[in-house]
Amino acid sequence: MSERSVFAIPNIQTPSSPVVFDSNVCTGCNNCVETCPIDVFIPNPQKGLPPIILHAEECWYCGCCVDDCPCPGAAKFNWALPMKPRWKNKESGELHQLK
Amino acid sequence: MATWHEYLRSEGHPPAWPYPVRFEQEQVIDTDVLVIGGGIAGCWAAISAARLGVRVALVEKGDVVRSGSGGPGCDHWCNAPANPLSRVDPDEWAQHMADTPYTNGIGIQIQCREDYDTLLEMEQMGGKIRDTDDEYVGAEGRDDETKLMISPRYGTRHSYLPDPDMGKPGFNPPEKRNNVVIRVWGNTFKPILKDECKRLGVQVFDRIMGTSLLNEGGVQGARVVGATGLNSRTGEFMVFRSKAVIVSTSGGGSMWLMSMEHGGYSNMQSRANSGDGTAMAWKAGAALTMMERTGGISIATGLKHKWYTGAGDASYENVPIVDANGRRLPYPIQGWEDAGAMLAAPEVEQKIREGIMKGEYELPFYGDFPAMAEVERRATWDLMLAEESTTRVFVNTMKQGGFDINRDQLMAYKFIEGQSLPQWRDPGYGGGLVVDWNLRTTVEGLYAAGTTMFAPEDHSYAAATGRYAGRKAAVFVKEVGECQVNRDQIEVEKNRIFAPTKRDSGIEWKELHNGLARVMQYYVSEFKTERLLKMGLEELERLEAEAVPQLFAHDPHKLMRSIEDLSMIEYAKIIIHASLARKASSVPLGFNRIDYPEVDPADWNKFLTLKLENGRIQTGELPQGFWGDMKQQYEAHNKDYTGVYKPKN
Repeated sequence: MSERSVFAIPNIQTPSSPVVFDSNVCTGCNNCVETCPIDVFIPNPQKGLPPIILHAEECWYCGCCVDDCPCPGAAKFNWALPMKPRWKNKESGELHQLK
Repeated sequence: MATWHEYLRSEGHPPAWPYPVRFEQEQVIDTDVLVIGGGIAGCWAAISAARLGVRVALVEKGDVVRSGSGGPGCDHWCNAPANPLSRVDPDEWAQHMADTPYTNGIGIQIQCREDYDTLLEMEQMGGKIRDTDDEYVGAEGRDDETKLMISPRYGTRHSYLPDPDMGKPGFNPPEKRNNVVIRVWGNTFKPILKDECKRLGVQVFDRIMGTSLLNEGGVQGARVVGATGLNSRTGEFMVFRSKAVIVSTSGGGSMWLMSMEHGGYSNMQSRANSGDGTAMAWKAGAALTMMERTGGISIATGLKHKWYTGAGDASYENVPIVDANGRRLPYPIQGWEDAGAMLAAPEVEQKIREGIMKGEYELPFYGDFPAMAEVERRATWDLMLAEESTTRVFVNTMKQGGFDINRDQLMAYKFIEGQSLPQWRDPGYGGGLVVDWNLRTTVEGLYAAGTTMFAPEDHSYAAATGRYAGRKAAVFVKEVGECQVNRDQIEVEKNRIFAPTKRDSGIEWKELHNGLARVMQYYVSEFKTERLLKMGLEELERLEAEAVPQLFAHDPHKLMRSIEDLSMIEYAKIIIHASLARKASSVPLGFNRIDYPEVDPADWNKFLTLKLENGRIQTGELPQGFWGDMKQQYEAHNKDYTGVYKPKN
């Protein structure tokens, strides 16, 4: 990483990444690119790779990209930090938050 | 590597725009019926028109497969009084719904008569509407013969508020319930609707934003004979020539709110809900009504949670709300015990707040799934939530994250987050196009369905009115001749659309959206006066004169967002004009004129209409119930209606 160029670019918009792709599973079929109603993604210029998240801050969290993904495990939904739900184990009282 | 910045780090340059850029190039399409907006209403309109043998084109800003508010799913098929388990008469139920002031008696009558037929057609196409896999045997509301599953909603009356008889012995027994709301597997619906459009030969144009309507001779108010559009990936300009147009877009969206970041988190609905159809119909000369009606925003402000949380919200049927010690709160649970009540009476809200202060109820609160009967728990989580819109991905991600409804309680934020503020408003409360019994607007050739109409309802309403509008538009186009579009009108629109592409810098769409939101917050808040409204109008006109000419867009997507801003500014101006025209306050309209404090005086109990004529605003009025006798009018206009579609084969 340290050998790479450092670019002068604006701040990265939030959420940083509403969806996380596993490039070992994703086949780059771009079904999510076509399904997303607001064009959060663009196809990756390299065929076979996960799409590129371009308009992350426009994501309205409908989840259709992940729901309709034909490759199980290729795409995981990733709410921004202030949106991650919390729950409690009723018996033990142990508290959890979605990772 | 999946984000643009990772790509930049890896490749040393940003990704090139992945689609061919064709700003200002034109494509011309000829059709009979053009449908603008491919959500639930638009798909049904296209399908029903195509089934009558006319040529249909369907234009959608996203991709029809999942676009629109009903794209991800639908869990409640509401107000289906014609279903076989219903205990109410469809015409009586419709009349009862329309007795509420400022409703749409035409749309309601269509919904009550035809939305069960619409649901059966959905099933014909492959949509799941019954528990055919016997997953929920034993669940309350499940009919073992039809395998339809009735929801507790509207069990005793058509309201989210508790029935005063709640808790009394014999309250809401199964044999006396209305049974007007059906639980459905709505996640299956939208892709099926797209497939059916294609099967019927509908020309589907995805990623095309409708931008304007074309009038015969280019004259405002003359017959609508087509529309223009913008491809949000290529920037190509589309000209549609058609004998009729059905507008089935969303209403206005986030006019009062915009976060610079988390844009989609800070809005209840998609940013795509920008009132384009309303704005274009307005400019084409169609009359609008109820545009002064706005409401407070309860969730999804960026400062409040986005999805339904824990309990006490739509879809969380029957989930008890408990405090941190497991003590049950007296909040209604939209369940069998309260006949579907979802909102607490003010005294109950107060009791809970006082209980929090005294330590009687300890925060945080939870939705207590484990306390529910097993089958009811699954019905709520795996059917209601997993089939409803944006909560499907919530259910699936929570499951993957380790949440287990049999063991865990989901945290609810309802009483932690504050109440809605005066300056947070939402326009999606009923403003829309005036329609007649053919769902035709006040302009010949222009029809409306779903949310674009005044006082719309929900998913099944969108489906039923879309299906109806498609049928009526198809009849119209079979009777009329061709029309010519006006080249001057097209050129004016083309200049408007592509102006932001001529600039390299200036004001970007997000800043303009924020500028609009600030004007609405300061001058069109809960508190309205002539002075404030006129100041708001002046500021919007200044935005148009000074900021809009600085709009810049470097790619087709940002150009689409820029044009959406222009739709929202137009929509906002109409809201202000309508607010100025109503010189009285009104509870059902959520309308508080401080300078006209009298609430719902008899002489203002009417619909105000606004339309453009030669560029000038004309106001008018319509009496409550202007649609006449609903049953008689419906039957007079639908003598040939035979119910569920029978394919030819």
